[in-house]
Amino acid sequence: MGLALLAIIWLITFVSSYFFAAKTWWLPHGASASAHWIDHQFALTYLLMGIVFVAAQGALGLFVWQYRDRGVAARKSDYSHGNIKLELLWTVLTAVLFVGLNLMGSPIWAAERFAPAKPGSIPVEVTGMQFAWYFRYAGADGKFGATDPKLMDPSAGSEAAIGLDTSDAAAKDDVVTGTMYLPVNREVDLTLRAVDVIHSFFLPSMRFKQDAVPGLAIHMHFTPTEVGDYEIACAELCGLGHYKMHGMLKVVSQADFDSWLTAREAEKQ
Amino acid sequence: MATLSPTITINDPKTGHGGGVVHPPVTGGGDDGRGGNGSPDYGQRLRRARLGLLVALAPIIMLFVSFTSAYIVRQGLPTLDERTGTYVRDWIQVNLPTALLLVNTLLLMVSSITMELSRRKITREVALAPVKSIPGVSVEEGRGFPWLGSTVVLGVGFLIGQWMAWRELAARGFFLATSPSSSFVYLLTGAHAIHLAGGVLALLYAGVISLTNKPVEVRRIVVDITAWYWHFMALLWIYIFALLEFAR
Amino acid sequence: MVAQDAHAHAAPQGFIRKYVFSLDHKVIGLQYYFLALAAVFVGMFLSLLMRIHLIWPTAILPLIGHIQPETYLSLLTMHGTIMVFFVLTTAPQSGFGNYFLPIQIGAPDMAFPVLNMLSFWTTFVAFVVMLAAFFVTGGAPLHGWTGYAPLSALPSAGPGEQLGADLWITSIAIFCIASLMGALNFITTTLDLRAKGMTMMRMPLTCWSWFITAILGLLAFGVLLSAGILLLLDRNLGTSFYVPLVVVNGQIMGHKGGSPLLWQHLFWFFGHPEVYIAILPGMGVASQLVSTFSRKPIFGYKAMAYALMSIGILGFMVWGHHMFMSGMSPFSAFSFSLMTMAIGVPSAIKTFNWLGTIHGGRVRFQTPMLFAIGFVSLFVSGGLSGPFLAQPVLDIPLHDTAFVVGHFHLIMGVAAIFGMFAGTYYWFPKMFGRLMNERWGRVHFFFTLIGTYCIFMPMHYLGMAGQPRRYSQFTELAYLHNLIPLNKFITYAAFVTIGAQLIFVINLFWSLKKGAKASDNPWEATTLEWITATPPPHDNFGGRTPVVNHGPYEYSVPGAPRDYIMQTDPVTVSTH
Repeated sequence: MGLALLAIIWLITFVSSYFFAAKTWWLPHGASASAHWIDHQFALTYLLMGIVFVAAQGALGLFVWQYRDRGVAARKSDYSHGNIKLELLWTVLTAVLFVGLNLMGSPIWAAERFAPAKPGSIPVEVTGMQFAWYFRYAGADGKFGATDPKLMDPSAGSEAAIGLDTSDAAAKDDVVTGTMYLPVNREVDLTLRAVDVIHSFFLPSMRFKQDAVPGLAIHMHFTPTEVGDYEIACAELCGLGHYKMHGMLKVVSQADFDSWLTAREAEKQ
Repeated sequence: MATLSPTITINDPKTGHGGGVVHPPVTGGGDDGRGGNGSPDYGQRLRRARLGLLVALAPIIMLFVSFTSAYIVRQGLPTLDERTGTYVRDWIQVNLPTALLLVNTLLLMVSSITMELSRRKITREVALAPVKSIPGVSVEEGRGFPWLGSTVVLGVGFLIGQWMAWRELAARGFFLATSPSSSFVYLLTGAHAIHLAGGVLALLYAGVISLTNKPVEVRRIVVDITAWYWHFMALLWIYIFALLEFAR
Repeated sequence: MVAQDAHAHAAPQGFIRKYVFSLDHKVIGLQYYFLALAAVFVGMFLSLLMRIHLIWPTAILPLIGHIQPETYLSLLTMHGTIMVFFVLTTAPQSGFGNYFLPIQIGAPDMAFPVLNMLSFWTTFVAFVVMLAAFFVTGGAPLHGWTGYAPLSALPSAGPGEQLGADLWITSIAIFCIASLMGALNFITTTLDLRAKGMTMMRMPLTCWSWFITAILGLLAFGVLLSAGILLLLDRNLGTSFYVPLVVVNGQIMGHKGGSPLLWQHLFWFFGHPEVYIAILPGMGVASQLVSTFSRKPIFGYKAMAYALMSIGILGFMVWGHHMFMSGMSPFSAFSFSLMTMAIGVPSAIKTFNWLGTIHGGRVRFQTPMLFAIGFVSLFVSGGLSGPFLAQPVLDIPLHDTAFVVGHFHLIMGVAAIFGMFAGTYYWFPKMFGRLMNERWGRVHFFFTLIGTYCIFMPMHYLGMAGQPRRYSQFTELAYLHNLIPLNKFITYAAFVTIGAQLIFVINLFWSLKKGAKASDNPWEATTLEWITATPPPHDNFGGRTPVVNHGPYEYSVPGAPRDYIMQTDPVTVSTH
């Protein structure tokens, strides 16, 4: 039985670790400026935790076999209530490991979240509602115009969905779309809004996630670094359509972005 | 497929008895509330009941701590103005019927006094109970002032007064859902009132069993616990009143 | 609430007094246990339907028909709620704790037997109200066991969010009251009813775990109750504690100025201690069994007790780690994450100590020990995914993905359950006088250990690949398509694993009548339950009061006549 336990525990450990190491299913390719740092911290955590995982499971499997009861002739158990020195040692080591890991990742968190977007970033407002995402670009005046809940009508197009108040001068040049376009290598200053319940704007490839909360306008930023199409998922349960509340981010060159935006503004006339 | 057979082999089946030596009965163990002579140890039961009450006060405190923290945070929280996308303050101070609430507070404070007097009275009765059983000894037993009943009256008076305060709030335009500030006023006072009503029920229970022939020690425990609970409710009310008055 | 002389009179007669409204903590413990057993089967059935729908979203099932996306979410909500409250908060604490805390400390009953009886029946009523949500118009709510507002606060936000949601909240509120009553009893009993010689530091670690769990519950459930009250007010009386100005389907709702984050703060202030409530008793049982079946004192008893206390205290300081992505201040996130890493330390100490107990022992592999060993393995696996989630920057890709689902299932959905299985196989002979079948216990163990790893380990991979949680199907997002095969594997593993639980149930009920007769102490264990008759009489110790002379884990003491010294044995050799 001890041997069976050792075999099973070691097998489970080996198989689990194999799939982690082989990256059979892994984080998608990172396409933002912060992806490198996040992935680095991820790899470090996973390496250290992986070592602990293998060591702990390995020891468990080994000990239950090694110290199995071999019958009357076997040696007696150690009569020991513990070892204070050993306790202190592994307590300190664990504390150093865990707290150290955390402190190593903190500068990345600070860079992502403590500071606002840099000047020159492109402002985009993301609005989540049951069950779609809308994206608003500020237009030539660089300002987002007023919205009015009384004007909200999801069945009447993107502008009506977010309740754009076209009587406000600043709103006249706002472009509202159902697909998100961003120029590559330029930081975006996102403002996240939600109209009804909590949603979460999740861009796996950008290593970006932030809840969109009704009653809040949350500022976040990231910088896409590779041209391509990236799926957007909703990552906070928002009702029966949660699974199909998806969108698409298209990262294009600055030139392509400018011509796209111009075309959208032209459509408004 | 193997059958579930009733005979199994276990490595070390021990069919002996439990193996431990059970000692003869020891008096005063911290267990069943019985003294050595078999009669209930009421002193221990009282201590235990008081410990139970102390423990029970913790979640009640947590409930009001939650409400308080929600209140304080909400007070300082600006609200997003949908039109402009900026945050604005929307806290409206509630026009509290302070005079009425002060009267209610007085009622509750007096009820705490009558409650305490009732508790002490029954404590004395318990102390004298063994004396009364000595043949030839009689203890002068006036009816005494109905402290317990007074507490009930004052407590119910407080609850009625709170109801009147709610009516006054409504008359001033502050209903439950009028504003966040008004919601908290009703919430805090309502939660307190429900807990106090529970205390009133406990007092009524104590009154009812005083008419039965349950031993005075049992009744004393009920009154004692209810009294400490009652004092706690009075202190809680002062806290709530102060919060609503001074942290508007 | 006055302490009754329940045991002072003869044991109660009549079916109703003996088995229905019993004041005997042992009967009440079994009532809780069987309530949890019924609940776990409901919960497992719901999860089976969920796994079937994920793989075959268009399937028409017999009797149930087609599972709509909103139905899936109701199944998910009720699965989580029933499992967390009616299984994990009920069996390990109120089930085993009620039965064995008084006995293990040498008491004849709980401090307040009438309150104990009321706490069970209140829990029962809560369960009935919860189940009722399935049968009302609109059905059970779809807002997840976490019930985030505004989704849970707006009846028009989804099917099931009308009466079903009100019933859900009401059931939880009733459950809060029942738990608080139970916590009161456990704490008073532990503090005031210990037998002579049973100091706090001689209590078995099971008693420590029940005690600290009760304290956690005492302080946490009041906050959940407050959260639920505010939610009911928002839903039914027009207040705006949680709901700001919102527009649902083009309709402006009548709320203004509320904060959805308030719900999250209140809920998780309760919710995090709650997960420790779910696991601590399992840790107590693991310590008990690892020591007993290794014939060796627990390594570092004091450290184990202090670790339980630290986990308890720190458990109240980490709730924000559920909210890193919520819009909460990133500075708060940083401090919550430090506290969260800190709480990993006492958990690690416990793991090292379990390993240290086995090291140098003489391990016996009866079924209780198998599940205790399984507990340690699963706790390691589930625990080590914690440091990923505890770092806010890594939580960015992982929050609300299947990674989190894998993490908490390995700990709560498997390790804690293994603690319950271990307790069942261990204490069954004391409760019923018969042993459960050993061979079928082993079969149950291996199928469950391997099966649950096959179900929940892959979820970590799915989460890293970006699979969000609470999706009713994976057909819409292109990047999820090639994750479907692994999801299929999980579903098949779930079929097998759930099927294997039938072995346990059959073994349990069969052994009640046909199991091999057990002696008073078949495991040669040292704690007080093993000196009583089997099953214990109404007042536990047959009119006698135990006097304790030893700590709880005196195995293999040099110079002793046998390899275990019961806690009540006279002092003949020196122990330390």
